[in-house]
Amino acid sequence: MQDQDALFQFLLRMGDNTLVLGHRVSEWCGVSPVLEEDIALANTALDMIGQTQFWLGLAGEVEGKGRTADDLAFLRDVWDFRNVLLVELPNGDFGQTLMRQFLFDAWASIMLGHLMTSTDKRVADIAEKASKEVAYHVERSAGTVVGLGDGTPESHAKMQAALDLLYPYVGELFESDDVDAAMVSAGIAPDPASLRDAYDALIERVLTEATLTVPASKFTHKGGRTGYMHTEHLGHMLTQMQWLQRAYPGATW
Amino acid sequence: MSKEWPLWEIFIRGQHGMSHRHVGSLHAPDEEMAIKNARDVYTRRNEGVSIWVVEAKHISASSPEEKGPLYEPSNSKVYRHPTFFDIPEDVGHM
Repeated sequence: MQDQDALFQFLLRMGDNTLVLGHRVSEWCGVSPVLEEDIALANTALDMIGQTQFWLGLAGEVEGKGRTADDLAFLRDVWDFRNVLLVELPNGDFGQTLMRQFLFDAWASIMLGHLMTSTDKRVADIAEKASKEVAYHVERSAGTVVGLGDGTPESHAKMQAALDLLYPYVGELFESDDVDAAMVSAGIAPDPASLRDAYDALIERVLTEATLTVPASKFTHKGGRTGYMHTEHLGHMLTQMQWLQRAYPGATW
Repeated sequence: MSKEWPLWEIFIRGQHGMSHRHVGSLHAPDEEMAIKNARDVYTRRNEGVSIWVVEAKHISASSPEEKGPLYEPSNSKVYRHPTFFDIPEDVGHM
């Protein structure tokens, strides 16, 4: 695999994760259980869309075909997306959304920490900017997971159900393939598999405090980040996210 | 037990050297979440360098009905304002 192709794929993976999760989280805007959480979730969504602009902007630059971040976000179809399956799953209830957010934020905080020392300065710069936002995201989502997990019997049961549902999607974040091998040998990004121990320690600490039990099985659904197969949910999400550019091509504010 | 989270009054210091100023209120389950919520509701446009949160029930307020005895006696005592001093111009704004 050519280095530039691998870098392009890597950047799509980073950008599609934040794009798809950012859009999912934005679906709570105006309908969250309380006003304060509504605003907090919208802030988180906006942060992730902002990070997407950097990742996909750089991806378009590396690809060298003149595609912008907007082109990549709004004019690709499902099979060209490279996000992990975890982020495209429907929101479920509020607890499930926050559990997914925590499971993602924990990974993002560790990943960005490594990317800040990337040999590619453009990658390191994006990581440095994003890591400050993600440090707050993970503090907030971890706090909510603890609050709800160690809350009432009802909230505890919902958070355990959310963890049981979502944990089988976590492992995809740590899958490695030839794109990752190329990134490792170029010193651009760490091997995803090498982040697992730090991740397990982080979520174990928070989930224990939340009185939740991590499922024993490490089985994982996968296929999103390689583009092999997405869940049926992503296509439905894109019909919402992309409809304006599809219906009115080239429309601008 | 009430299902509503308690109300918190939020105070934000805009810059170092300034005092905290009341900016509004919000609901939160505890003080840590109140600070996080205040961060998201009141500082997302870079308004502050410090946040105080106080549960509203801990604030004692004067009663509007007592405004006569509380404030009127000072109405006629303009000499309590330090406006009778000449301030040299090079002192600038005080």
